[in-house]
Amino acid sequence: MAVTLTPSTAPVTPARLVRDRHHRGVSRWVVLALVILGALVMLVPFAFMLLNAFKSPGDYSSGGPLSWPTEFYTKGLRTYWTEVNFPLKFWNSAVIAGSVAVLGVAVSLLNAYALGIGRVRGRLWIVGLFLLANMLPQEALIYPLYYVAKEVGLYNTRLAVIIIFTVIQSAFGTYLLASVMGTFPRSLLEAAALDGAGKWTVLWRVVFPNLRPTLAVLLIFFFIWTWNEFLIPLVMLIDNQTQTIPVALASLQGDRLMDAPTTNAGALISLVPAILFFLIFQRTLARGITAGAEK
Amino acid sequence: MAVSETVAATPPAATPTPPAPSRRRRGRNAAYWLYLLPGAVLFLLVIGAPLVGTLYLSLTKWSGVGDPRWVGLDNYQQLLQDDVFWASFRNTVWMLVAMVVVPTVLGLLLAAVLFDVIGRRFKPRTAAALRAAFYLPQVLPVVVAGIVWGWILRPDGAFNSLLDAVGLGALRHDWLGDPGTALPAVMAVMIWVQIGYPVVVFMAALQRVDPELYEAAEVDGANWLHRFRAITLPQIRPETFVVALTCTIAALKVFGPIFALTRGGPDNATNVPSYFAYYTFFKKLQVGYGSAISTVLTLIIVVVAGVFIWMQARSERRDRGF
Repeated sequence: MAVTLTPSTAPVTPARLVRDRHHRGVSRWVVLALVILGALVMLVPFAFMLLNAFKSPGDYSSGGPLSWPTEFYTKGLRTYWTEVNFPLKFWNSAVIAGSVAVLGVAVSLLNAYALGIGRVRGRLWIVGLFLLANMLPQEALIYPLYYVAKEVGLYNTRLAVIIIFTVIQSAFGTYLLASVMGTFPRSLLEAAALDGAGKWTVLWRVVFPNLRPTLAVLLIFFFIWTWNEFLIPLVMLIDNQTQTIPVALASLQGDRLMDAPTTNAGALISLVPAILFFLIFQRTLARGITAGAEK
Repeated sequence: MAVSETVAATPPAATPTPPAPSRRRRGRNAAYWLYLLPGAVLFLLVIGAPLVGTLYLSLTKWSGVGDPRWVGLDNYQQLLQDDVFWASFRNTVWMLVAMVVVPTVLGLLLAAVLFDVIGRRFKPRTAAALRAAFYLPQVLPVVVAGIVWGWILRPDGAFNSLLDAVGLGALRHDWLGDPGTALPAVMAVMIWVQIGYPVVVFMAALQRVDPELYEAAEVDGANWLHRFRAITLPQIRPETFVVALTCTIAALKVFGPIFALTRGGPDNATNVPSYFAYYTFFKKLQVGYGSAISTVLTLIIVVVAGVFIWMQARSERRDRGF
């Protein structure tokens, strides 16, 4: 690609190691041990979860949370899977997060084109205003949204949540993309204009291809953020048919169904998609965080 | 409108000042408004109108059915005398400690150590694996984290068993159920949740620091602490601002973990404005009062963000020497 707008990879750390007389001794091993210890502490809750997700309730009550399971018990997992109708909840989460990711990026791109390339008057104020959507506590919007959604028949629909989060996420996207497009090489735009390209053509043929890496990152961010959202889905989606994974899990809390092994099994299943997603897109994300931080 | 001013939270980007728009140019730019239309309409529908709605409702008494009754500033007057309201904001201060201060400071140290010591003295893979371990809690839905921690901290949960196992059984406790320990326990969970975010952002930031700076400092005999203070901290200040701002807003708005861990209890020991507003709206059905809480929280967030951005712009200007 001729012009990349993510300068993130520019100053890569050279592979050569600097000979350092201060850190060749024991101290670096002490530091390493401390950091590894910290990392292990971070992972302990995950280990607890794994250990207890495969225990039978009897096993749990006799051996406690730390004992090794005496059998490989999967009924907790299966109970959660069927009781919660996990495939449906997964589908709801995926539809909502996926739609928001795509629509949010589209809206951000259009907004940022007007602000970053078009440099319309008052664009700083406009970006600031949009950014409000991201900063506001969602409580400041939720009751009117809830009320209106009920009035117009969007209450308890995935569409309502999709529309709301498209706007909230695109606020951040507009901010990021507008600042990226603010540094878009003018010469490219002018060359396209000389060739007789209209604004729409310039957007799709010149700007969009150049921004693709940044857009991919935004897409992933929007997906994960929406996947993990809680308050608005909690209020808007009351039905087993429409709920997302976090809401379904939380509404089971305190239920008689949720003995300790089932709680852990539910949590385990619920976080698997997020972890898989993270592992698959880790590289893109790492690049994107750099891009975001650089801009 | 100051065109040369950098946008909110933007590190010193090379935003070229555009040439003063000529009449022709301005005419050309007008066509771009069209591209702003879908975003603007959606914004007005989903953010603008509801925000005004909440502001209006905060001046009424309403249970959600029938017509709201106008009461002026009554709700706000009532707020000032409401102990729960004050308690929720006191707890917010503690959430700021747990979600901003501690993670930013620890994150700075960890990122510097991972990048400067582990990344350079050991294989880069080691640093990447450790970074992933610290980042992992950030990936999972915060409610899921809350539910797991809720179980770990229960009287019969894993933490108490762990205490037993290492001979500290005397310390067994109902960590989330006791008003004395609930808030510190929630804070510990939030530190666990938040720490990965600054680590990853700061490590990314360090990548763009010229390694020769460190090399030169080492040749001059600067030790690690010298380099941390003289190079690392100033070089990644823009990112520090961004992290501090985003974490501060997150701490002021925190809801999911409180809902999953304690629902504000016991005895409001962990209540926060977000949960208090939610509870007032949907459990107590006092929509006007809930709106007043949300409005106050909104104002606080806008003011805090404004101050942050203003401070950042000022420090950037100073860096550029004017």
